[in-house]
Amino acid sequence: MAIFINENTPILVQGFTGRIGTFHAQEMIDYGTNVVGGVTPGKGGSSHLGRPVFNTVKGAVDETKAEASIVFVPPPFAADAIMEAADAGIKYCVCITDGIPTQDMIRVKRYMRRYKKENRMVLTGPNCAGTISPGKAMLGIMPGHIYMPGRVGIVGRSGTLGYEAASQLKDLGIGVSTSVGIGGDPINGSSFKDVLEHFAEDPDTDAVMMIGEIGGPQEAEAGYYIRDHFKKPVVAYIAGLSAPKGRRMGHAGAIVSAFGEAAAEKVEILKECGVAIAPTPSEMGATVQKVLAAKQAA
Amino acid sequence: MDIHEYQAKELLSKFGVPVPRGGLAYSPEQAVYRAHEIGGPKWVVKAQIHSGARGKAGGIKVCSNEHEIEQAAQGLLGKKLVTIQTGPAGKLVSRLYIEEATDIDKEIYLSFVMDRAAERIVVVSSAAGGMDIEEISHSQPDTIIKVVVDPAVGMQGFQAREVAFGLGVDPDIVGKLERVILGCYRAFRDLDANMLEINPLVITKQKGVIALDAKMSFDENALFRRPQIAELRDKSQEDSRETYANDRGLSYVGLDGDIGCIVNGAGLAMATLDMIKLAGGEPANFLDIGGGASPERVTKSFKAVLRDKNVKAILVNVFAGINRCDWVAKGVVDAIKELEIKVPIVVRLAGTNVEEGRKIIDQSGLTMISAETLADAAQKAVSAAKNAA
Repeated sequence: MAIFINENTPILVQGFTGRIGTFHAQEMIDYGTNVVGGVTPGKGGSSHLGRPVFNTVKGAVDETKAEASIVFVPPPFAADAIMEAADAGIKYCVCITDGIPTQDMIRVKRYMRRYKKENRMVLTGPNCAGTISPGKAMLGIMPGHIYMPGRVGIVGRSGTLGYEAASQLKDLGIGVSTSVGIGGDPINGSSFKDVLEHFAEDPDTDAVMMIGEIGGPQEAEAGYYIRDHFKKPVVAYIAGLSAPKGRRMGHAGAIVSAFGEAAAEKVEILKECGVAIAPTPSEMGATVQKVLAAKQAA
Repeated sequence: MDIHEYQAKELLSKFGVPVPRGGLAYSPEQAVYRAHEIGGPKWVVKAQIHSGARGKAGGIKVCSNEHEIEQAAQGLLGKKLVTIQTGPAGKLVSRLYIEEATDIDKEIYLSFVMDRAAERIVVVSSAAGGMDIEEISHSQPDTIIKVVVDPAVGMQGFQAREVAFGLGVDPDIVGKLERVILGCYRAFRDLDANMLEINPLVITKQKGVIALDAKMSFDENALFRRPQIAELRDKSQEDSRETYANDRGLSYVGLDGDIGCIVNGAGLAMATLDMIKLAGGEPANFLDIGGGASPERVTKSFKAVLRDKNVKAILVNVFAGINRCDWVAKGVVDAIKELEIKVPIVVRLAGTNVEEGRKIIDQSGLTMISAETLADAAQKAVSAAKNAA
C-alpha cells in the first residue's frame, strides 16, 4: 500500500517548465509516476512533456483532480508555492527547494494551521530528495533504480544517506515500502514523528529505518513516540558523531546548539527508547536485517 | 552569518534600542582620538571579533586615561584573540570599538532565537545577566523567562511587559524595557536574523536601559533579500579555507585532521567523517559538492581541499543520484592531471553509471585507490594518510 503516494496518485509539478523541474519531471514520468500536469505562472494553456501547464495550482486541481504536488520553485518564491498548494486542496506536497529563509517556513507552518487537521496538506521537505514508493511512484530527485520494492520504510533528513541505506538494503535482498525525505532545514514540513505516524498505519510496512543527524529536537521526539506508541521495530543511524559544536555541517539545520542535539546524545536517547542503532553508516542495511530476523523469530 | 558587536549596535539603534556612545578605531592613535570625541572620565576598549566570551580572554579593557587606552589598543590590534569559542587558532583583532563607560545598576540577559521545537521566534530573558545562558540555565534555571511569538501577528506589547515585570525591574523602567524588547524583536524579524543576544542589557544608575553588548547572527538563506546585511560580512573572521571554498559555491567546513574529504550530500559527508573517525583517522574538512557535480566542480573541490597543507590523503565518496559516476570519475581524473596531485587518493563511487565510472578510474593510468563500500573507503584513506605521514 505504501504511504503518501502510489501508482494511482495524480501528481502536479510546481515549477514544471524550469530546467530542474523539466529534468526531474521527465525522470518521474519515466519511472511510471502518474504526473498529470504542471504549474508555471504565465505559461498556462501550453503543454510541456506531453502534459498540460496551468497558471495556478487551483486551476490545475480543478482540471486534473491532482492530489499531490512537488515543488521545484526557487527559494524566494518557494514558500508562496507551498501555501498555494495547501490552499488548492493538495493533500500531499514535497518541496525539493534548498535555501528557503527560515522565517518563510515559519509563515508556511503558521498558514497551514488555518486548515483543520483532517483537511490539512501534509508537507515533507524542504531541502530534501523527495518521496518514493518503489515500483509505484517517485516524487523526488532520487535515482529510482536503487530502491527495491518491499516492506521496510525509510525516513531521513539526508538524500544521499537515504540512497546509501536503500542500496545496502537492496544488496541484502530487502525492499522498501516508501522512502521519505524530511529534509535538512531547521524548520520542516513533517518531523520524523509525523512520518512514523503514517508508517504505523501502513499494513505494508514491517519496520522502519530512520536516518537522523545533529541539530534540533526531532530525533529525540521520535524516540519518545516510538517508546510509547510505535509497535514496529525501528533502526536508527545518526550522522555527525564527529561534528564540532556550533558549526553548520552543510544542511542549514545540522548544527549543535543545545544539549541533546549532538549525535552521541541522540543515540543515547534513541537507545533508551528501544530503537536499534546502526553503529556506522555502512551497517544500516545489516542492522535492519538483524532486526527483521529477530521479529520473524519472535 | 555573524557580524561584529559595533555593527549589531548600529543596526539595533535604528530600531530604537539605546546603546552607549562609541566609535571604531583601527590604530592606537585613532582609539585615543575616539575617546576624546566621546568625552567622559572612563572608556572601554573592546576587541571586535566574531566570538563571545571576549572579556574573559582579555579582549575588553576598561581605561581611565589616554595612556591606558593606547596601551590597551596596542596590546590588542593585530593580535589573535583566543576565547573559549574561537578554538586554539583564535581570531584576528583588526578593529577596536571605543565606548563610554556605563554606570551599571542591574544586568539583564535578553535573547531572541529561532526555536526549532516551537517553530517560532522565542524570547529568552533572565535577571541573572552577565553570565552566559548555559551558566544561567545550569545554576539559576528559575530566573529564565520565555515568551513565544505568534508569527501571524508578531510580538505584542503585553508579551514584552510580561518579560519586563518578570525580570523584577522598577515599575518606572518597565515602559523603557518594553520598547527595547519590541525594538529587538522588530530588528530580528525585519532583518531575517536567526540569533540576537544582548548580554548584558543594563539598567543604569540613572534609570536608563542600555545594550552594553550585542550579538547578532543572520539566516544565510535570506541574505538575497537583505543586501545591507550581506555587506557586513568580514572575511578576516572566517577560516581562510572556508572563505575560498564557500566563495566558489562549495559547502565546506575546515577541521583539524589530515584526510581531505570530497563527498556529495551533507548527510553522506557527515557520515563519511564519522567513518574516518571510527577507522582511527582524523578528517581535514567537511565538503559537500552538491547535486549536479560537474567535472569542473570536482576540480574546484580538489583545489579547495588541497589549500589545507595538512592534507595527507584525499577520500572521494560519491553516491550518484542526479549526477552520474562517469562524470564524477572524469572530474577526478582531470583534477589529478591538472593539479599534479601527489597525495594518495581513495575513490568510492556508487549509484548511477557506477561501472562506467570505475572504468574511467581504472583506465586512467593514474594511481588511485579504489574502494567498494563506505567502510572500505574509510579504512583505505586512513592507512594511506598514515603511510604518507
